[in-house]
Amino acid sequence: MVPQFSALLRSVGHVARVRPRFAIGYGIVVATLLAALLAPLVAPYSPIEANPAQFLQSPDWHHLFGTDAVGMDVFSRTVYAPRIDLTIAIAGTLISAVVGSVIGALVGYYSSGRGVRVWLAYGVMRAADVLQAFPVFVFAIALVASLGQSIQTVVLAIAFVNAPIYLRLMRSQVISIREMRYVEASLVAGLSDMRTIFRHIVPNAIGPVLAQLSVNVGWAILLTAGLSFVGAGVRAPAPEWGSMIAMGFQNVVTGQWWPSVFPGLALAVSVFGFSLVGLSIEVFADPVKRRGLLRDMETARKANGARATRTVAGVGP
Amino acid sequence: MSPVLEVEGLYKRFPIAGSRSVVQAINGVSFSIGPGETLGLVGESGSGKTTVGRCIVGLIEASAGTLRFKGANISMPRARRPRDLFGKIQLVFQEPAESLDPLMRIGRSIEEPLLTRGGSAVERRERVLRAVEQVGLRREMLDLYPAELSAGQQQRVGIARAIITRPELIVLDEPTSALDPTARAEIIELLMKIQRELGTSYLFISHDLSTVRFISHRIAVMYLGMVVEQGDAAEVFAQARHPYSVGLLSSVLLPHPHLSIEANISLKGEIPSPINLPSGCYLASRCPLAEERCRHAMPPAEDVGGGHLVHCFRHRDVARYDRITDTFEQFQQEAERILGIHDGLPAA
Repeated sequence: MVPQFSALLRSVGHVARVRPRFAIGYGIVVATLLAALLAPLVAPYSPIEANPAQFLQSPDWHHLFGTDAVGMDVFSRTVYAPRIDLTIAIAGTLISAVVGSVIGALVGYYSSGRGVRVWLAYGVMRAADVLQAFPVFVFAIALVASLGQSIQTVVLAIAFVNAPIYLRLMRSQVISIREMRYVEASLVAGLSDMRTIFRHIVPNAIGPVLAQLSVNVGWAILLTAGLSFVGAGVRAPAPEWGSMIAMGFQNVVTGQWWPSVFPGLALAVSVFGFSLVGLSIEVFADPVKRRGLLRDMETARKANGARATRTVAGVGP
Repeated sequence: MSPVLEVEGLYKRFPIAGSRSVVQAINGVSFSIGPGETLGLVGESGSGKTTVGRCIVGLIEASAGTLRFKGANISMPRARRPRDLFGKIQLVFQEPAESLDPLMRIGRSIEEPLLTRGGSAVERRERVLRAVEQVGLRREMLDLYPAELSAGQQQRVGIARAIITRPELIVLDEPTSALDPTARAEIIELLMKIQRELGTSYLFISHDLSTVRFISHRIAVMYLGMVVEQGDAAEVFAQARHPYSVGLLSSVLLPHPHLSIEANISLKGEIPSPINLPSGCYLASRCPLAEERCRHAMPPAEDVGGGHLVHCFRHRDVARYDRITDTFEQFQQEAERILGIHDGLPAA
């Protein structure tokens, strides 16, 4: 995978031409990350200081996205929000991916044969069934309610509800990979089960997990915003898309749409971006889909050559 | 000379999920391999050849019977075997591509058996280089990925990985069946060269009889999980005493229009299911020579001279059909002429 990956990185430009939606996805994700990093430079006002004199002002040159009911600048808050949303979403997703994958790899490795490990593996899978039987959102609210409302709790809730996804994904991969001859070769070479799992099985099984990561970060942003929207997530003055939407919600009825709509748009666009990135990773990781992409790049290259002589219109996606 | 490997009364049963019946994959296999000797294990698909090999390297646990390696009991699976035996028995797989981790440079794959045995990275590197040289690969190839090699080169990597621990026994599980004829000949030659240099014993599992004949000192013919006939390679090929061996030998395709095998024993019907084995001789339902007693009792192993063991009541009658003998000798000579091999057969 590594040499192909570096080759793909070299031809990022070509890929973007054939698959513009990937370019859009990466553009959005990079923009969101930049907003989080450079928020103090971009935002004209403090994200948490209210100016009661200027409440519910419609968008103009001073306040690009207008101001909300207590007079905070909606643009500054929208730009600052990824700092909280992304941190929570990425941290929660990474924890769930690491924990879920490791457990999934062990469960997959020990899911056939005999002995107490097989029963343990069976037990873990049934526990995952129970976890997944709850609606994700209700389960997350229940977790936050019982553990207390804080950023750490939200991260924990996200990790908890997502872990079974990685567990299953990894398990199904490992079940097929553990039958591979190179796994047996490693065992015959004298490596222990654990060493074999982390040396051979996990690296070969990790592809779909990586593809799932990006999609999941998108979901986790939605979940964070959703929890905050119902008041179970991040508390009010902190700039966060979900709670901003909730705060501006009452004003929409009376015609002041901007405190809700702008953070809502930002939320939708960033989730969309992460989904596209997830899609692209899936394409790069799957040999069949990757071949399709390379074929399209080849046709595009030839079409470009033709255009140089005949000035024909370019090839679309 | 005391044998490197002794297999005695080996049985392996696989339970069938959701049912109380079992697949009787191996039913009382016994054989031994001496130092520097090659035992060819032949038989059709499903006869249990590979299962025997996997029991020996410890990938699966035998249901009954004993395995001894230079006198030490190794009947248990890999993880519970004495630590000092690690690397003494190695395995080369049938599928060269699948036996190498696609994400790992081949240098790291070859080095793998050394990882549990201490020693510095420099030492390991030296041994990897030596092994790579022994199997005839260039050292620049160490940084390549398996997908960048040909099947023959991949199998050389598999062999390098096997010999790096200086094993005394290598189980070769159909190492050439996935290769084209040229690569096959090269790998066989390489294996014979390694045996000459290192004195390694081989268990050569294959259904390719001409290859087996070429490389083996002794031959064991498997049918439905038991060794029906074993003995000196030349003798088994020349004087097959078991109807199954005769049938198997006559199924070989000869690479010359003038050569044909006129065996008077032809096996009919299908191989019986290993779930419900017949009570008598496993071959009775297919054997043209079968008598009443064949259907009731399994014939015991009989020594027909010089360690040539046969499980057949009527082996004297089988011995009369010796036409195969000449044909096979002719075939060998023809093959050697075509391939231009002058080294001669191994102790044949």
